Amino acid sequence: MSDLLSKLMAERDWLMADGATGTTLFNMGLQSGDAPELWNVDHPDRIAKLYQGAVDAGSDIFLTNSFGGTRARLKLHNAQDRAHELSQRAAEIGREVADKAGRPVVVAGSMGPTGEIMVPMGALTHASAVEMFHEQAEGLKAGGADVLWVETISSDEEFKAAAEAAKLADMPWCGTMSFDTAGRTMMGFTSADLAALVARLDHPPLAFGANCGVGASDLLRTVLGFRASGTEIPYIAKGNAGIPKYVDGHIHYDGTPDLMAKYAVLARDAGAKIIGGCCGTQAEHLKAMRKALEETPRGPAPTLDRIAAEIGGFSSDSDGTGDNEPSGRRTRRRSRG
Amino acid sequence: MSDEDEIILSELDDEELVQQMFDDLYDGLKEEIEEAVNILLERKWEPYRILTEALVGGMTIVGKDFRDGILFVPEVLLAANAMKGGMFILKPLLAETGAPRVGKMVIGTVKGDIHDIGKNLVGMMMEGAGFEVVDLGINNAVESYLDALETEQPDILGMSALLTTTMPYMKVVIDTMVEKGIRDDYIVLVGGAPLNEEFGKAIGADAYCRDAAVAVETAKEWVGRKHNRMAAGA
Repeated sequence: MSDLLSKLMAERDWLMADGATGTTLFNMGLQSGDAPELWNVDHPDRIAKLYQGAVDAGSDIFLTNSFGGTRARLKLHNAQDRAHELSQRAAEIGREVADKAGRPVVVAGSMGPTGEIMVPMGALTHASAVEMFHEQAEGLKAGGADVLWVETISSDEEFKAAAEAAKLADMPWCGTMSFDTAGRTMMGFTSADLAALVARLDHPPLAFGANCGVGASDLLRTVLGFRASGTEIPYIAKGNAGIPKYVDGHIHYDGTPDLMAKYAVLARDAGAKIIGGCCGTQAEHLKAMRKALEETPRGPAPTLDRIAAEIGGFSSDSDGTGDNEPSGRRTRRRSRG
Repeated sequence: MSDEDEIILSELDDEELVQQMFDDLYDGLKEEIEEAVNILLERKWEPYRILTEALVGGMTIVGKDFRDGILFVPEVLLAANAMKGGMFILKPLLAETGAPRVGKMVIGTVKGDIHDIGKNLVGMMMEGAGFEVVDLGINNAVESYLDALETEQPDILGMSALLTTTMPYMKVVIDTMVEKGIRDDYIVLVGGAPLNEEFGKAIGADAYCRDAAVAVETAKEWVGRKHNRMAAGA
């Protein structure tokens, strides 16, 4: 257990991760449609400021600006051959910020989805997914990332490919999925499915969980799903600060710092070891979350009713793990031999 | 393998066969759908009737269960793929027989966004509902949308974005359409995971569509309104 994240998880009751990357970069002038990863080279000062903001707000972990750093995603900007370089720079800038923080701060190398659908439905093969994630992982490793952080995944195949890439790069990793469709991922994967998948992996993550999705309440329901699975691997809650609204040419999330503070405490009480935000979560949200986590004594795991009462209701009646499932799945065709 | 009897499609009567096609679409069985379409053609069904009663009918069920969180993306992709198999047979025949046109849509993911899963789903479901769909793919700049509007003359422009970093680009496109004075010539529908109804309104779209099933319903409704308006104006 030589890596920093494992060490901190062993020492601490909870850890706070960071908040939004995209939202923050927009506020710094990123234009819609441009690749945030190019800023690692073109505007390293702004990326350092992004990381510093999370550190100053009390994050123990921050994610590098490399979410769209796989070859598949960079191809859009004709930067596919810079996958290693851009991820390496993302981590190097992070390393500098973390090393002068005056306390242990984990540099987590963000790896987002390739954006492609895997075979047989799509064209992306397992081997090429592993290769793309591995290429990015080596860049992040070379830049000094403490851990790889795979996020916003929707398919189990892609999650497995990322796990394999982490193994090839010989790096510890964390992985989260986005449960944004009636409590499941877009591909229909439930919180229970993910807990079961993680337990089967050859190179299991240090922690796994949920990020992004639809609002903080849904995310907590997913966390309760991890809890109910009885998993022994620590889990992560990284929810959005409410719902996006369009104000004066910018995307603004309607979740207040107060709401995110409540969400953070509920997430911890629900059993999450690592708690952070995602889209819309700014420094003031993180500060409120940190304060609430420090000042609020640990309570019992919340019920769904309590979550709804404290921070609002859910986007769907069920999330695929309980008893009140929609029962309409039609019967499959009889065999035709 | 199941112990149940093998189904011989050609031995089913018309009504049973259409029911079986609903099931086969639901299960994404492309070969079975192709076979059934050919059987109905042999039985002298009009191509348009096969499209609307069997294929669109079946895809409506798929769309409903997708909307209700019973089916998810993988199942819908398989169903749409099966539908496509049937459409491939019917398409030339529909053109020959001068079947009525439901409507036409130009669709594409905005600049900077590689995500085309949702967009593809919408395209497939729209085709499943009988629309003609021109897919511009991913990463579309304003010019690419405008060119397509001019050459294709669709009823609907559909834009998709899956990232908070790319969704504001939809407004760039709509603003440019307003500048050029062509905004009102088209129905503009937007969609994508981070969007919502309020966002759609704020950027000047006609409607936000939560998912592919809603997109189809919304498209039908708006095209119907547009046709009524044109009839009233004529």
